[in-house]
Amino acid sequence: MANIMIRRNDKGYVFYMPKRDIEDSILSMEFDTPEKWGGEIRLGNGGVYFIEPQAAPARLPISVRAKRLDGVE
Amino acid sequence: MAALTREETEALIQEVLEVYPEKARKDRAKHIMVNDVSLESSKKCITSNRKSLPGVMTMRGCAYAGSKGVVWGPIKDMISISHGPIGCGQYARGGRRNYYVGTTGIDSFCEINFTSDFQEKDIVFGGDKKLAKLISEIEMLFPLNKGISIQSECPVGLIGDDIEAVAKKAAVEIGKPVVPVRCEGFRGVSQSLGHHIANDSVRDWILSNRDGQAFEKTPYDVAILGDYNIGGDAWASRILLEEMGLRVVAQWSGDGTLAEMENTPNVKLNLLHCYRSMNYISRHMEEKYGIPWMEYNFFGPTKIAESLRAIAAHFDDHIKEGAERVIAKYTPLMNEVIAKYKPRLQGKKVMLYVGGLRPRHVVGAYEDLGMEVVGTGYEFAHNDDYDRTIKEMGDATLIYDDATGHELDEFVKAMKPDLIGSGIKEKYVFHKMGVPFRQLHSWDYSGPYHGYDGFAIFARDMDLTLNNPCWGLLKAPWSKAAQEEQKLVA
Ligand code: SF4
Repeated sequence: MANIMIRRNDKGYVFYMPKRDIEDSILSMEFDTPEKWGGEIRLGNGGVYFIEPQAAPARLPISVRAKRLDGVE
Repeated sequence: MAALTREETEALIQEVLEVYPEKARKDRAKHIMVNDVSLESSKKCITSNRKSLPGVMTMRGCAYAGSKGVVWGPIKDMISISHGPIGCGQYARGGRRNYYVGTTGIDSFCEINFTSDFQEKDIVFGGDKKLAKLISEIEMLFPLNKGISIQSECPVGLIGDDIEAVAKKAAVEIGKPVVPVRCEGFRGVSQSLGHHIANDSVRDWILSNRDGQAFEKTPYDVAILGDYNIGGDAWASRILLEEMGLRVVAQWSGDGTLAEMENTPNVKLNLLHCYRSMNYISRHMEEKYGIPWMEYNFFGPTKIAESLRAIAAHFDDHIKEGAERVIAKYTPLMNEVIAKYKPRLQGKKVMLYVGGLRPRHVVGAYEDLGMEVVGTGYEFAHNDDYDRTIKEMGDATLIYDDATGHELDEFVKAMKPDLIGSGIKEKYVFHKMGVPFRQLHSWDYSGPYHGYDGFAIFARDMDLTLNNPCWGLLKAPWSKAAQEEQKLVA
């Protein structure tokens, strides 16, 4: 488990992991509705992480815990 | 148009890497790429932010350099203690030319080297007592300091001193912020992690100090982040922002003060010049205080106008008009500068190898002068920096990460640039090779280069360097004769 920060830019969600200074675009997010948000996220660098599905945050950026499922680093 | 074709550049990379043993060659090959502007992401082509290879000559610094030298050092009314042996601070003192207004030794302290000067006994018995004594001595001798930061050097981390405890106790005693920064040189692969550590310590010890206190806000408050006022850069940037109607609340950290940093959470927008060294704190402020941030580029009239408009887009019509007014005011001046220097510089090739933002940010300024950047690279960038660089550079140009002495030499020999922009470590090597060279870290004792005023100086400096008659005198007469002959034959 690691802390990550999710923010939004003009292209969509952006992933950032402070511990390892990894910044990447989020290509897909499993759940993206106001009630259910998170799940499996896929990054531009091939990494796959999992965020416990939760209600969509009222404001971005937000720091959440995420688990690495697959991919580099 | 690049100087070499894609195939030629690729062949050149292979040739240069040839001398390494196989393992090293494989590793270094991942750090060098031929640019392809159609790429969205650099990840497949270039690896960055990795440990340098043993045996090669890297130009990187250490985490302490990133924290003390870059982020904390320029805060003028705070005293940064180089905690550990004396050398780290002494050899880096004042090297970055962060200008400031103030009386050194009275209310400003950037140029003085404060250090605990570790001796053998401090390593054996620990340096905490010495540190506590040092802080009270500082307080007695320099009572106008606004706070103290403790920048750990390698040995402090190795012997396991508890600088946090000393800092907490001292802060109560002197009634000022005392910030322990765990930026031992061995942390991370380059100065980059030092920036991050420094940002985190600002976040934890400084940023929220004035939360909840009254602050007279205006709708036009901004902060300049990641401008270290090298040769006066931040001043040349600040006047443009003020002219367009914004109020600059804080400068981080060139000519900056503790109070400015503490007031930053009140601004409307954070303007980020050096992304690599201050994106961390911008992200934090975005999350905690809801302050948006944006990267801007104040090198060269084209990029300045673009940036001024992008900044203005965050505000109302008053600021948007202001931006247009500023651009209109300086355009004739810029046209004059370009008319004067472009004919002297047009078509010349430049190679860069610098630090945090310049390998991509100055490309536009060179292009404004009709010059072309044929190779660029960073000492300590991460992949997101290269993502941005790909878009700034021409197709089939060379991009290198954490380049070694050997690679730079060979690339220069093969690509024959007319000008090289890099740091002091590279300067004399290329001077001896007879290639015009400008320091792009400290502006070679000149500057500012940011903003419109800076561009005029930038253009003049490039001309002075490139068209200096001394370069013609560097060749030995016999090698010159051989060249003439060749020309005659051709
Ligand atoms: S690596 Fe360690 S010893 Fe060397 S300059 Fe940096 S802090 Fe000092």
